[in-house]
Amino acid sequence: MSTDLVIKVGGAAGQGLQTIGVALAKTFKKSGFNVFATQFYLSRVRGGHNTFQLRVSDEPIRAMPEKVDILIALDEESIEEQIEEMFDGVIIFDNDVIKINNNNDNNNGIFFHVPMLKIAKDVCGNKIYSNSVASGAALGVMCFEFDYLAKVLAEVFKKKGDEIVDNNIKAARAGYDYAKKNFSSGCKFTVSEPTDKDGRMLIAGNDAVGLGALAAGVQFLAAYPMTPSTGVMTYVAANADDFNVVVEQAEDEIAALNMVLGASFAGARAMTTTSGGGFCLMSEALGLSGITETPAVIFLSQRPGPATGLPTMTEQGDLQFVLTAAQGEFPRCVLAPGTPDDCFYMTAEAFNIADKYQIPVFIMSDQYLADSLFTCQRFDPSKVKVARYLMSDEELADTDEYKRYELTPTGISLRAIPGQAGKVVVADSDEHNEYGHIDQTIENRILMNEKRMKKLDLLREDMEPPHQYGPKDARITLVGWGSTYGPLMEVVNILISEGHSVNHLHFTHVFPLPLEATKNILGNSETIVCVENNATGQFAKLLESETGLHVSENVLRSDGKPYSPESIIRSMREKGVI
Amino acid sequence: MVSVEDYGEFETEWCPGCGNFMILKAVKRALAELGKSPDEVLLTSGIGQSSKLPHYLKCNVFNGLHGRSLPPAIGAKLANHELTVLAVTGDGDCYGEGGNHFLHNVRRNPNITLIVHDNQIYGLTKGQASPTSELGMKTKVQTHGVFNTPLNPLSLAISLDCSFVSRGFAGDVAHLTELIKKAIQHKGFSLVDVLQPCISFNKLNTFSWYSERVYKMEEGDHDPNDRVKAFEKSLEWGEKIPLGIFYVNEKPTFEDHLDVLKSGTLVRNKSDPQKVDELLDRFI
Ligand SMILES: Cc1ncc(C[n+]2csc(CCOP(=O)(O)OP(=O)(O)O)c2C)c(N)n1
Ligand code: SF4
Repeated sequence: MSTDLVIKVGGAAGQGLQTIGVALAKTFKKSGFNVFATQFYLSRVRGGHNTFQLRVSDEPIRAMPEKVDILIALDEESIEEQIEEMFDGVIIFDNDVIKINNNNDNNNGIFFHVPMLKIAKDVCGNKIYSNSVASGAALGVMCFEFDYLAKVLAEVFKKKGDEIVDNNIKAARAGYDYAKKNFSSGCKFTVSEPTDKDGRMLIAGNDAVGLGALAAGVQFLAAYPMTPSTGVMTYVAANADDFNVVVEQAEDEIAALNMVLGASFAGARAMTTTSGGGFCLMSEALGLSGITETPAVIFLSQRPGPATGLPTMTEQGDLQFVLTAAQGEFPRCVLAPGTPDDCFYMTAEAFNIADKYQIPVFIMSDQYLADSLFTCQRFDPSKVKVARYLMSDEELADTDEYKRYELTPTGISLRAIPGQAGKVVVADSDEHNEYGHIDQTIENRILMNEKRMKKLDLLREDMEPPHQYGPKDARITLVGWGSTYGPLMEVVNILISEGHSVNHLHFTHVFPLPLEATKNILGNSETIVCVENNATGQFAKLLESETGLHVSENVLRSDGKPYSPESIIRSMREKGVI
Repeated sequence: MVSVEDYGEFETEWCPGCGNFMILKAVKRALAELGKSPDEVLLTSGIGQSSKLPHYLKCNVFNGLHGRSLPPAIGAKLANHELTVLAVTGDGDCYGEGGNHFLHNVRRNPNITLIVHDNQIYGLTKGQASPTSELGMKTKVQTHGVFNTPLNPLSLAISLDCSFVSRGFAGDVAHLTELIKKAIQHKGFSLVDVLQPCISFNKLNTFSWYSERVYKMEEGDHDPNDRVKAFEKSLEWGEKIPLGIFYVNEKPTFEDHLDVLKSGTLVRNKSDPQKVDELLDRFI
């Protein structure tokens, strides 16, 4: 890596740090860099202390290190909280707005005063442009080509009209010039621009899930807003008219999943979006999906719980709940994307699995994946196949009597929809016979329960094997699932460069686990270390109980923050694994 | 021609003499007389004795969870708005466990007919008070008698400006059939609250108790377009209990607001993954 730079913007909610952050992220992406950006925000609309952090590199990156090179501080707290993370960096701040009490002489060199407010007023006559001054200043200390930012600002403010666009560009230019002229360590953070400027995307996990759902032909989405899942609902709603989707904000999560089941029963591709607390309310309807064999896609974006927990932070604490939610037993499928690409393709896959097996399918994300921005290759919609597994009108017309729950060797019955070919379809939450009517006899119960559970065997064969990264025969295997993919890849790179024998095994297809493949890959590992964003090692438990393998060590974190590669390595050292 | 026979004849799990039988008869007649064939009709229901009704006639059925007859009904209606959708439920199911869905679907105004078997008691769980149980009614749970104010479904619906509000009586199948027909024909959310004697657990509101009190509102006497009068009528309960259509308010349905339904039903739409290609440009 010749370039690896971290820029952090800190300030109160409502100060526009996201605008600055996103503009910078887009600017670097435009010039060909890989960008990764994460957000830390509190559950409030104004005030508090929030950050937007971006890392710029010429190589693919998916994690945030713990050092900061350039800090744009919009409030005093940013300086107090972030100064620890600065090594040889620079803090850009406006001394007219923020007073610093700097008693430490060593820190003197790192403060760089940019009169953002004054410049904004002088150049555009309005202090609201000081954010653009700040973005410009950040690029100025890097001696970065200004034009990219100008283009990005033009795009970002296009809707607001020419005057606003011009003012923002003027303000940014003034900040840029000021920094270039006055920053004493001139061009210290210079980066060399990559030559390869292919058409990569900069996208957040939530948008990628929304796109995946649209590509898969979602027709109905009912949900109740809950951070950090709401972005998916919003994204689909924004495009609903063009894609013929009905999006309804339900009165509660109970209604949301029940509506989805009604729509799905009637033949629409349907999904809901929620977070753990909302899913608690849905668990009853989850069982309904199970026993009525009605397909449903449930996007669940995790945040730390229980109850309301930490609404805007991250955790992988809902896996065991999702695996066992609702009373009784029935098959379900759990997918956990690790990257935006996974978010896109696996969301589309979730719909096909739901339709094929007529079961509920989860897409488990978390705040970290939902809200982070990643650079990735442009998604390829031609790789998305829409498979509905519905009976055609002709097939149904040829059937004498339609049985919604016909017993078959695979457990999967042919699915017809109401209003089709003069036949009727009956679904029931009670234990039912092949026609869908209530049947409480023991013989029937055994047959129907077996029929449903049998589907798991076939489904297991569809589950993709875990993805291995690093040398095949490493001594230590770091096992992760979902969003820890990026940090763990970097951990492997770092540890290998330090001479350790380590690789990473990443699971996206979490339940049912692809048993054979997992045992084959993990069987020879000397030391299995499960790394999860929770307090109890939930995936480790699943892995052990399903495969009979022994997990040697758990590396866990549940403080609401995502993993940095450094924190994983620290923890491995503490545990004596390395 | 559709006949009542097309809707079949099934064995039931109801107590002999229960009001539910008459409601079933009225539903079948109404559907047949409107010429709706079983495959065009979807009945959704929750859980309760009343909610078993969809199993006792031939049509599309989604028999879901307790209190949840309405959410699947609306989901299915949006997926395929050509279906005639009826939600069948009990007073406990609809006004108790599912109260929130009742409120919000009145607000949504989908073109769905809601039939509530209002027996003022929980039947299936053997006789606890329901939200409509009379004050003072003693049960094994309400040992001191009911003291929570009974919910008045008609007043509540009118206060929410429900599009069609009516009350029938299981003891008058001919009148109930007509009400259900009008409710199905009405474009919008239509409530048919049906007084239904539960002979096993409600010893207070019996067939004869209702018969002595109910009377039909004549059309000339009551103008269903007058919301305030309708509200007044809905408060009448005791010595005399009015039956018929209390309130009608023609207004756009939930589906009317959805342009995406204008080109056909959602379920018949074909999707094309390539279409997201144009959205991807925005992330470049
Ligand atoms: C979530 C849930 N809670 C409770 C029950 C038990 N339960 C079944 S029916 C019922 C009440 C039925 O009353 P009502 O809706 O008035 O119907 P009725 O049997 O009187 O027709 C209850 C509490 C259940 N099935 N599910
Ligand atoms: S318990 Fe009451 S409502 Fe239920 S079937 Fe018997 S009589 Fe009818």
